[in-house]
Amino acid sequence: MSITTPGPGRGGIGESVPRVDGRPKVTGEFPYASDLNREGMLWGETLRSPHPSARIHAIDVQGALRTPGVVAVLLAADVPGRKVFGLDALDQPVLAREVVRYAGEPVAIVAAEDHELAREAVRRIVVDYELLEPVTDMEAALRPDAPKLHPGGNVVRDLEIRHGDPDAPADVWVEGYYETGMQDQAPLGPEAGLAVPAQDGGVDLYVATQWLHADLEQIAPCLRLPEEKVRLHLSGVGGAFGAREDVSMQIHACLLALRTGRPVKIAYARQESFYGHVHRHPARIWMRHGARRDGTLVNVQARLVMDGGAYTSTSPAVIGNATTFAAGPYAVPNARLRGTAVFTNNLPCGAMRGFGAVQACIAYEAQMDRLAQALGMDPLALRLKNALHTGSVLPTGQVIHGAAPVRELIERCAALPMPPDESPLDRDPIRLPGGAGHTSHGEALARGVGFAVGYKNLAYSEGFDDSSEAWVRLSRDADGAIAEVKTAAVEVGQGLDTIVTQIARTELGVDRVVLRPPDTMIGSAGSSSASRQTMMTGGAVQLACQAVRAELERRIGSHAVPDVVEFLDPPIEAIRTYHHRATQPLDHDGQGDAHVTFAFGAARAVVEVDRELGLVRVVQLAVAQDVGRALNPQSVRGQVEGGSAQGLGFALMEEIELHEGRVRNASFTDYLIPTTLDMPPVLSALVEEPEPGVPFGAKGVGEPSTVVVPAAVLAALRAATGRALERAPVKPDDLVGLRAIPALRRPPP
Amino acid sequence: MVVRVRVNGEWREADVWPGTSLLTLLRDAFGLYGSKNACEQGECGSCSAWLDRELVCTCLVLAAQATGRDVDTIEGLRSDVESGVVQSAFVEAGAVQCGFCTPGFVVAVTDLLRHDPAPTEAMVREALSGNLCRCTGYAKILDAVNLAATRLADVRS
Repeated sequence: MSITTPGPGRGGIGESVPRVDGRPKVTGEFPYASDLNREGMLWGETLRSPHPSARIHAIDVQGALRTPGVVAVLLAADVPGRKVFGLDALDQPVLAREVVRYAGEPVAIVAAEDHELAREAVRRIVVDYELLEPVTDMEAALRPDAPKLHPGGNVVRDLEIRHGDPDAPADVWVEGYYETGMQDQAPLGPEAGLAVPAQDGGVDLYVATQWLHADLEQIAPCLRLPEEKVRLHLSGVGGAFGAREDVSMQIHACLLALRTGRPVKIAYARQESFYGHVHRHPARIWMRHGARRDGTLVNVQARLVMDGGAYTSTSPAVIGNATTFAAGPYAVPNARLRGTAVFTNNLPCGAMRGFGAVQACIAYEAQMDRLAQALGMDPLALRLKNALHTGSVLPTGQVIHGAAPVRELIERCAALPMPPDESPLDRDPIRLPGGAGHTSHGEALARGVGFAVGYKNLAYSEGFDDSSEAWVRLSRDADGAIAEVKTAAVEVGQGLDTIVTQIARTELGVDRVVLRPPDTMIGSAGSSSASRQTMMTGGAVQLACQAVRAELERRIGSHAVPDVVEFLDPPIEAIRTYHHRATQPLDHDGQGDAHVTFAFGAARAVVEVDRELGLVRVVQLAVAQDVGRALNPQSVRGQVEGGSAQGLGFALMEEIELHEGRVRNASFTDYLIPTTLDMPPVLSALVEEPEPGVPFGAKGVGEPSTVVVPAAVLAALRAATGRALERAPVKPDDLVGLRAIPALRRPPP
Repeated sequence: MVVRVRVNGEWREADVWPGTSLLTLLRDAFGLYGSKNACEQGECGSCSAWLDRELVCTCLVLAAQATGRDVDTIEGLRSDVESGVVQSAFVEAGAVQCGFCTPGFVVAVTDLLRHDPAPTEAMVREALSGNLCRCTGYAKILDAVNLAATRLADVRS
């Protein structure tokens, strides 16, 4: 028999195949969740608490109900089933009951004939709040006398990793204290969805999410409906980056649709989006690094505290990542790494690209530079000397069995071309720090170069089996063989749909691959997060294709084959599930084979700082990334570039400013993300050392650049200014020395 | 109030609340969802369209201000040669990820290349600095602009 796999240029794996959804996206025809529309549709709106901590005494909805065009106003008592939801712990109310725990918490929902009426009705709801003292500082939340947010206290998760002899001595010690701010994912498409009541008493929800089945599991019990009566359908997703990991408007839209018997659309505006999803955890990190005179790392001590905000969300996994990665991509025989995620009355924090690894990298890479300075060593030489490799033992006792080309990444990154020097005097003002707003002639410009290395886990850890299911059908029509693929995996923009078609083409040897729309009628694909879908859903599609192909080969047998389509009557179908290798929870000493595998990255940043004005221009970013195998090189580079942009934003400008738990900059006017004028060229080197045991040897590629770029930018700013710069994002005040440098603070008890 | 606008060459009218933006008129009254609502403050460019052939953020224009005027949106570019080249360049260069910003970028780049067929990189960066993209880091968007400019130069010569 002979089934040929696609030759070069046929759209198989390894080629830079254009996106399958590219055309409808450039013409504006691609339907996003916020573009949904139905005959007879109502608009839903949410009333949110303006207070970070308060008791609700009474809610008067009469004014809202009397508003013409208002069809329903629902409160906590109207939730027919379970009153709470959550990805990990069920502790977040669908609508606040007796208390509110953060400013922005949903209190009531309204459905009205049009959007403006719904907004007006929300303004007419009167809530009698008794204000309580909020806990808005993560260390204050740990004090024994702090008000308790939840019955179990204010600790979400506390873990300590003890490795080797945590009290082992060293020749040289360096110590540091670092802080990171709260970053917003800021996907361009705000949260949106449309719930349509069904004849069977159930509901169909069309929604932009990262994980259809996790939403379903949280929605159905709150509606008091069996899961088969709640059908989720993926709508167009305008970016995610972790923001759609948690439920936002899903339950609310379903409640309103079921109550009114009409389709209900909820689409957040930008301001509400800042309140309506979780954010990157702010962190406070203390570290001590001990080394021998020759630069060999001997001992790393770390104490991390992260602000989880009002509800659990994914804080346990985020602090798990930050703590297990706290020593960085370096071999260290002795360590004591302790992490605590706490509850406060701030916005809930959860998933964002890099998920705990970003904050840790800012701290441990600053420490590596300090250590190099203390030892009088070249910072790259120090990193190369201690770099992890295949076979290395992590502080958790886990042995790295997969690819770990850390040394090669460092060398490849360092070898990427440097940008040319530029005189400040004869250039377009747009190329000065601050651009056209620059008020001097560049007399105080200084260049700096910084370097960082980091890593992150792929897929879910600590015993979680986040499997993915795929269905594949191979049939014939008038034009020949055609493959159809269905999964519940979410295309958030990362390019998964294109990768899936490439895998199907390669495995089945067909040109035409059609993707069926994702929904909950098939088994879970797991989340489009943790850089996992290429590995997990890609793996499931590969397995299903291989099963189809095996059946095709059986049918063909020893026949001479003019064309395989002769054997596709009836069509061949298969469903397969892909599991990653099993992992373990961490034990009492923080030991365990907890992570599936890792992706590493290295970044170099070249910056120019105006040391009088505190303005920055990033001149160039260079990133080397461990990708296993690039299944679509153009798409991989796109991930590296986009991840770098979010890293640059985190280093220099992006921070949700909270005052007494209230967001002060919930808009794109006040929360700045990088523009074309902020982003420099991003050079990338893809290091392809295939990962054993995963489909095609391909690692997930979404996160490493976001992990390493912030630390590299901070290092470059330190080099340019000579300042310690221990807090990200670095603001102009920091660069000119107007903001007090935090003295080395002691870890909390 | 009733507003009457010539959208993509065709007169259309709707009865709307006086505070309605041109963006909301296009999307919710006329069903033209290609112009996106991502910030409602004129910061992101996702709602970019032409008002009397001038590039605007439609979220910052009242529907009433557009009465009696020409509005041209991404949907009106179907037979436009320049924007067709821009659209193809975006797909080929890998300038599209989630795509939510893309219609606004296509409009803005088409506008830029109509006014300046061979912009320098600094000019492209400045011209597109009002369009936010959260996915790409802009590198491949800049590649797409170069590709489109080169191809349009070939078409013209």
